[in-house]
Amino acid sequence: MTTIAPEETAYEAVFDATVAADERIEPRDWMPDAYRSTLVRQIAQHAHSEIIGMQPEANWITRAPSLRRKAILMAKVQDEAGHGLYLYSAAETLGTGRDELLDRLHSGRQKYSSIFNYPTLTWADVGAIGWLVDGAAITNQVPLCRCSYGPYARAMVRICKEESFHQRQGYELLLTLSRGTEAQHAMAQDAVNRWWWPSLMMFGPPDDESAHSAQSMAWKIKRHSNDDLRQRFVDICVPQAEALGLTLPDPDLTWNDERGHWDFGPIDWTEFREVLKGNGPCNEERIGRRRQAHEEGAWVREAAAAHAAKHGKATR
Amino acid sequence: MTTPRPAETLASATEATPQPTDWPLWEVFVRSRRGLSHTHAGSLHAPDAEMALRNARDLYTRRSEGVSIWVVPSAQVTASSPDEKDAFFEPAGDKPYRHPTFYEIPDGVHHL
Repeated sequence: MTTIAPEETAYEAVFDATVAADERIEPRDWMPDAYRSTLVRQIAQHAHSEIIGMQPEANWITRAPSLRRKAILMAKVQDEAGHGLYLYSAAETLGTGRDELLDRLHSGRQKYSSIFNYPTLTWADVGAIGWLVDGAAITNQVPLCRCSYGPYARAMVRICKEESFHQRQGYELLLTLSRGTEAQHAMAQDAVNRWWWPSLMMFGPPDDESAHSAQSMAWKIKRHSNDDLRQRFVDICVPQAEALGLTLPDPDLTWNDERGHWDFGPIDWTEFREVLKGNGPCNEERIGRRRQAHEEGAWVREAAAAHAAKHGKATR
Repeated sequence: MTTPRPAETLASATEATPQPTDWPLWEVFVRSRRGLSHTHAGSLHAPDAEMALRNARDLYTRRSEGVSIWVVPSAQVTASSPDEKDAFFEPAGDKPYRHPTFYEIPDGVHHL
């Protein structure tokens, strides 16, 4: 939308007042260019994370230990595809096509959550992902249900409802293993040991190093700082781990009576940055598989488009 | 801000440069049960109406959210413009006689 300068200030005043009043910004409202581009980046990367996140878990669909667990896992992976679609739709209301966003993912110009670059080595990893990774996602996402951009907030309401099913199934899976044989218990503990720290990294860099935080909070895209959410997550997880009969791999984890929170050890930010740069254990495998699916599926998409054109059922 | 702009279609605001295999966007409306109205649930891409319907079923009614689905090509939706909001909706403000509370009824008159 091109506007002349004095109009722009008037639009900006309306925008600021809308955000200040905790009302939602909608697709056809005027918004600052930087607000639009930061939302496109955040929502698209959120969508990419859902799509790439199907891979580590789908890795175990054919090897799930019971039919019940297999059906659950398939439903969960299907939900993640759905979450990706809700989010791409929300991103598209900002004026960028889904194909363009996928191009940016495939060419590495846009990122996805660092967590999905870790491998799923055992069946217990499926449980650890549900409990810890989806748990961290929920802690992050519940405040996004009040995000200032309407389509994003509405997508998050739907997603959060479904995520709580994922988290509970993961927890139940780990609980079953933890109470099972010695070998099953050990497998559950090993999975928690490997996923705990990467899950804490999902909240992003510490507040003093977070590039987008201040502006995003001013625009009410973000409601809480990375460190606040991370602390909230730790506080939630400690008693849950206890109930599981599993330990969290952090010798510094101690209750701080003064703060009323759990103190925890330092995070290895070097590892975090390496994973983000593309040097995690599975970065190449994940994006390679996505690209391959896209390229090898091209003829199917073309066939569908040709069939739709031939039968005249597509939009005019 | 006061100059009304011609209403754009939703599609012009949401579509990037279309490519040959770029499937059109569809808006999805779901009616949750008998007696209620269809509510906008979201949107999706599909090559044709049948695929849009099928995908909407999978995407928006996985947990028995609905008993009826409508899909509409986004390009067919024309939306009012936020810029002309005041001028467009103002007539409602100066016609208070359209509301039942406008009319004074003497005390003691019931069921009116």
